[in-house]
Amino acid sequence: MSLNFGFFKTSLRIICANRLAATGALIILLFVLLALAAPTMMRLHLLGDPNQLNLNGLDKDGMPRSPGHGYLLGSDNLGRDVLSRVIYGARVSLLVGVASMLTATLIGVTVGLLSGLYGGKLDLALMRFTEMNLTIPSILLAMAFTSLIGDNGRIMHLHPAALPWHFLDVTLKRGLLSVFLVIGFVSWPGMARIVRAQVLGVKEREFVLAARALGASHWRLIWRHLLPNILPTVIVLAAMTTANTILLEAGLGYLGIGVPPPAPDWGTMITEGQPYFATAPHLVIVPGVAIVLTVLAFNVLGQGLQEQMGPRQRP
Amino acid sequence: MLTRLLTRFWWSAVTLLGTAFLTFLLVNAVPGDVARVIAGSKASAEVLQEIHLKYHLDDPVLQRLGFYLIQLAHGDLGHSYVTDQSVAEAILIRFPTTAALTSLAVVMWVALAVPLGVLTARFRSSWFDRTTLVVATVSLSLPAFWLARILQYCLAYKLGWFPVGFFRSFVDLLLPAATLAILMVGYYARLVHTNMVEVLDSLYVRAARAKGASETRVLFKHALRNALIPVVTMLGMDVASLLGGVLFIENVFALPGIGNLAVQSVLNLDVPMIMGTVLFSATLVVGANWVVDLLYGWIDPRIKSAS
Repeated sequence: MSLNFGFFKTSLRIICANRLAATGALIILLFVLLALAAPTMMRLHLLGDPNQLNLNGLDKDGMPRSPGHGYLLGSDNLGRDVLSRVIYGARVSLLVGVASMLTATLIGVTVGLLSGLYGGKLDLALMRFTEMNLTIPSILLAMAFTSLIGDNGRIMHLHPAALPWHFLDVTLKRGLLSVFLVIGFVSWPGMARIVRAQVLGVKEREFVLAARALGASHWRLIWRHLLPNILPTVIVLAAMTTANTILLEAGLGYLGIGVPPPAPDWGTMITEGQPYFATAPHLVIVPGVAIVLTVLAFNVLGQGLQEQMGPRQRP
Repeated sequence: MLTRLLTRFWWSAVTLLGTAFLTFLLVNAVPGDVARVIAGSKASAEVLQEIHLKYHLDDPVLQRLGFYLIQLAHGDLGHSYVTDQSVAEAILIRFPTTAALTSLAVVMWVALAVPLGVLTARFRSSWFDRTTLVVATVSLSLPAFWLARILQYCLAYKLGWFPVGFFRSFVDLLLPAATLAILMVGYYARLVHTNMVEVLDSLYVRAARAKGASETRVLFKHALRNALIPVVTMLGMDVASLLGGVLFIENVFALPGIGNLAVQSVLNLDVPMIMGTVLFSATLVVGANWVVDLLYGWIDPRIKSAS
């Protein structure tokens, strides 16, 4: 599994070959670009400050402004620019979504590989553990985890500045770490099961048996033979898992246990907008549409990739 | 068959015990003084001390876990820290609401998903199939809390077709159930579709057609029955976890169900209630797996004879 330029060229060709996959990828790309450009757009005054409380943002009764009156997507109950908050929210959603997807994939693929490859008692133990994780509601796991590794957690004290995503701005970093770890830790069991099933299938194919007979080490077996063969499945699952992690992140935000408040988060925005639904429905509709579009894009990408790479699924 | 079921039962018990173990450790790792949750923020040090003694809060976690498991073995789930209500009672009072909501929704989404899945598999790659695919994908991309709010606003508040914000009878469950059904139907339509496509390519379907069986008979009698096996598995799991609480929809529609109870207990740090709702939901999921295993034999006789 060599990650050279050819790999990306192949991926690009696969994505372009399928209309669904291309559409999904395009929408994701748009959101990523917007998210990346947000601070620059703010500096150029194309976009308001997402956290700046602004009296001009409220009408004469002190209510949120509806879309159009100087604010493209209106303003919220504190006079903040909704457009700016939605775009900054994309940074949170995409970052947490992708980071937790990577966490889930790492755990899921490892557990599935070990379980499928070694079988026996290890398989039994790992699959029982997977099942236990499937039976606990994710929101509760999320609560407990958040308090374990959160900013004021007592077990681990990880300061965001010590982490690789140091280049992101401060308002974003608070609480991000715990939220994505939490979502990653609750999203892997499905992945583990499917990877295990795939490994069980590939393991018995002739080329793996041949490699074994030739005395290939387990590492070589995993890296050269098993992983490349389950890669298409993992990629499809990864796209669909990202859709779910983004939904879960929004859900946690909605319940008030997601990324903490000053940071613009789509789920939190919907909770904050709810009391104003009757007079200012855009406060609920806009962030909701953003969630649906992003999640839909990842689902459609996964769907398209599956059609393109797994001919058995949809001939 | 019996041995297999017994083995499965034994493993289910082990899984549940493991779940209890994991949840207890996680819930008790939550920082924040539980005594303050019980007594309120203005409680004096003596009162806090008393509560610590009463609930054995200073004992080692493993010892408390042991006590909890013994208590469980006696069929006692404990009492809420916040309301002092019996946890089992609180769950049982709320169960009918959640059960009614779930069953209503299941009927709706299965009635819609099965025909959609079968027809899209029959007319594969037609415009009907592609449209259904897109709609199904939208359905599984909707956040539950958002869809619930929007539907509540448009259909109940604006148009007045449904009552807003309170719960009297079965009729009031129609909109919440429809919301839940909308969220689930996409996934199930695709699941039925994928399995039908696979089955329709098989030799016995060709044989049935060659024999001159009518198209309806081929689709629903020969193909669907085989395509349903993985669907039933998923349905069992999903229904069980929904019966354990429909978190967001109960929350938005203010229904007195288990999902609302779970959210409240998590936000209140009501440890016995959290444990109770989690174990209740886990038991349902594990039990559903067991029942699905039983059903397999009925749907597919080959499985029965194979074991």
